[in-house]
Amino acid sequence: MSTKHEAKADLDTRPWTGPTRHYDILKEGAIALVIVTVLTVGLAALFSSPDDAQLTFKGWAQSSPDTMYTAAVSELAGSSESAGYGPPYNNNSDGLSVGPIALQKWAGVTHPFDAAQDLVIAPLESQQQPADVAAALATWKAATADQQAAWAEAYDTALADAEGDAAKAAEGDYGPVPALATGLVAMGASGAYDGAILSRGSFFTTDYTKQLLFMGDGGYMEDKAVAANLGGDTWGMMNEAGSWPGQSWLAFASVWYQLPMFNTEGNVLTDNADAIIFFILVVLCLIMILVPFIPGLRSLPRWIPLHRLVWKQYYKENGRA
Amino acid sequence: MSADSSATGTDSMTVSGSVSTAGSISVMTEDAPTTWTGSLRHKWMRTLPPDKMLPERQPAYVTSWIYVFGMATIVSLILVLGSGAILTLGGVEWFHTSSLGRFVNSLHFWSVQLFFLFMIVHLWGKFWMAAWRGKRAMTWMTGAVAFLASVGTAFTGYVITTNFNAQWIAFESKDVMNAVGLGAIFNVADLGQMILLHVCLLPAGLGLIVIMHVLLVRKHGVVPPLEALDPDAQKAQVA
Repeated sequence: MSTKHEAKADLDTRPWTGPTRHYDILKEGAIALVIVTVLTVGLAALFSSPDDAQLTFKGWAQSSPDTMYTAAVSELAGSSESAGYGPPYNNNSDGLSVGPIALQKWAGVTHPFDAAQDLVIAPLESQQQPADVAAALATWKAATADQQAAWAEAYDTALADAEGDAAKAAEGDYGPVPALATGLVAMGASGAYDGAILSRGSFFTTDYTKQLLFMGDGGYMEDKAVAANLGGDTWGMMNEAGSWPGQSWLAFASVWYQLPMFNTEGNVLTDNADAIIFFILVVLCLIMILVPFIPGLRSLPRWIPLHRLVWKQYYKENGRA
Repeated sequence: MSADSSATGTDSMTVSGSVSTAGSISVMTEDAPTTWTGSLRHKWMRTLPPDKMLPERQPAYVTSWIYVFGMATIVSLILVLGSGAILTLGGVEWFHTSSLGRFVNSLHFWSVQLFFLFMIVHLWGKFWMAAWRGKRAMTWMTGAVAFLASVGTAFTGYVITTNFNAQWIAFESKDVMNAVGLGAIFNVADLGQMILLHVCLLPAGLGLIVIMHVLLVRKHGVVPPLEALDPDAQKAQVA
C-alpha cells in the first residue's frame, strides 16, 4: 500500500479532528418521525391499500365449471401439475435441480399429498352425495389402482382431445370418472367444497397447501393473475393487483424471469429456472454483503465520483485531495 | 454498599468500597472490574461512551440530504412496527370487513413502501460514499443483511393478507422455495407458520440487526469524505 493510501486509510479510521458542526440526533429523529407519519397517514387516507377478494372454489365452479371439471379429472388421472409435482408433496417426479445438485429431491416429501384422494375422493366422501355420485364413489373405491388409472387416463385424454368440452368427448369406458367430476363441480358450486377441503375432519387448521395446489391446477387462478398483470413473465409477484405499488424491492429477483433463457418453453434452463435463479440470487446477496472485500467493486465509488455531489459543500469549503 | 466512579463514563481508574465480613468498610483501587456486570459496563463505556452514543456535534461534512435517509428508514420502521402491532389486535382478516382495519392496513402498507424507498436510497448513498472504509465493513454488512431480512419480512406479510394477492404470491413462490428444498421447512401455504414468522421471528431478527447496525454507526462515526484532506496536515501547514 502506498504512503498516500496509508495516510487516507488512517484518516478514515481515526477520530475526526477536522471542523465540526452542531448536531441534535434526537431532534432530527423527532422531525423525521413527524414528517414520515404525516406522509404515511396522507398516503393511507388518499390511496387506501389493495385488497382484491380471495378466490373460492364456489366462485370457480360457478364462473368456470368446465375448467374445474377438467381439473378434477386430471387429479384423478394424475396428469395435473400438482399430481406430478414431486417433493415436498409426492415422489411422482424428482423436481428441479441445478446440474447434480437436486435440493428439492434431497429435501424429501414433508407435506405428503395424493391428488386424487385428497382433492377429489376425500372431499366427496366427506359429504352426503346424490345417489349417482355415491354409486360412482363406491365403484371407484372397489376398483384396483390399475383400473382406476385406466378409466381416469382415458377420460383425461378424451377431454384434452375435446379441448375440455365434456359434451364433445369421445365415447369410451371411463367408469365412474365423469360422475365423480360432476359431483365435485356440484359440490364446488354449492360452496360445500370450500369447507370440506379446509377442515378435512380437523377442528383447527391453518395449512391451505392442498386447496392452493388444486386452485392452481385448473388455470382459473392463473387467468385471473395474468389479467391483473401478475404473470411471471410480466414481473410477477413484484406487481400488485390494481394500481398500487407492489414489492418493487423484488426487482433484483423478478428481472431474471424476464430473460428469454428463463422463460422459453422447452428450454432446460426454463425448466429449472426457479432453482437456477435462486442460486443466482444467493450469489448476488453474498456479493452485496461482501462489497467491502471485493476488489474492483469496492473501488467503483472512487472511479465514478458521485460522492463529489454528496460532499460538494465540504470540498468547496475545505478543499479536495 | 458500593461506590463506583466508572459510572461517570470515563476510563479512569475506579474506586470501590465493600463491606468486609467484620462489618468495616475497606476501600481499594482497581484497574479492571471484577464482575460480569462490571465488565460489560466497562466494555460498553469504552466502546460507546455517551458522547459517541448521543453526540451533540458531528464532522462538518455531515451536511448532505443523503444523511437524512438513514434516520428516515428508522422512523418508517417504527411506523411499520406500530401499525403492524395494531393489526395484530384485529387479526389477518380484520381489514377485509372493517373500515378502521382497512385504514390501519393502509398505514402498514404505505409505511412499508416508504421504509423500502428510504432504505434503498440510504443503501445506494452509502455505496457511492464507500461507507465501509475505516473498519466500517461490519456496518455495511449489517445494513445489507437488514435489507435482505426486510425483503423476507415483507414477503411473509404479503402471503398472510388472506386475499387474492396472498393466494397468487403463495402459489408462485412455493415453486421457488420447493426448488431448493426450503419448502420442506418453510411452507408459504401454511398461514399459521407465515403469521408467526411475520409478526414474531423475522421482526425480532430484523430489529436486532438494525440495533447492531445503529450501534456500529455510533461506534465508528460517519465515514470521512473519499477525497478529504487530512485536517491535521492542514492545521500543521497553517501553523
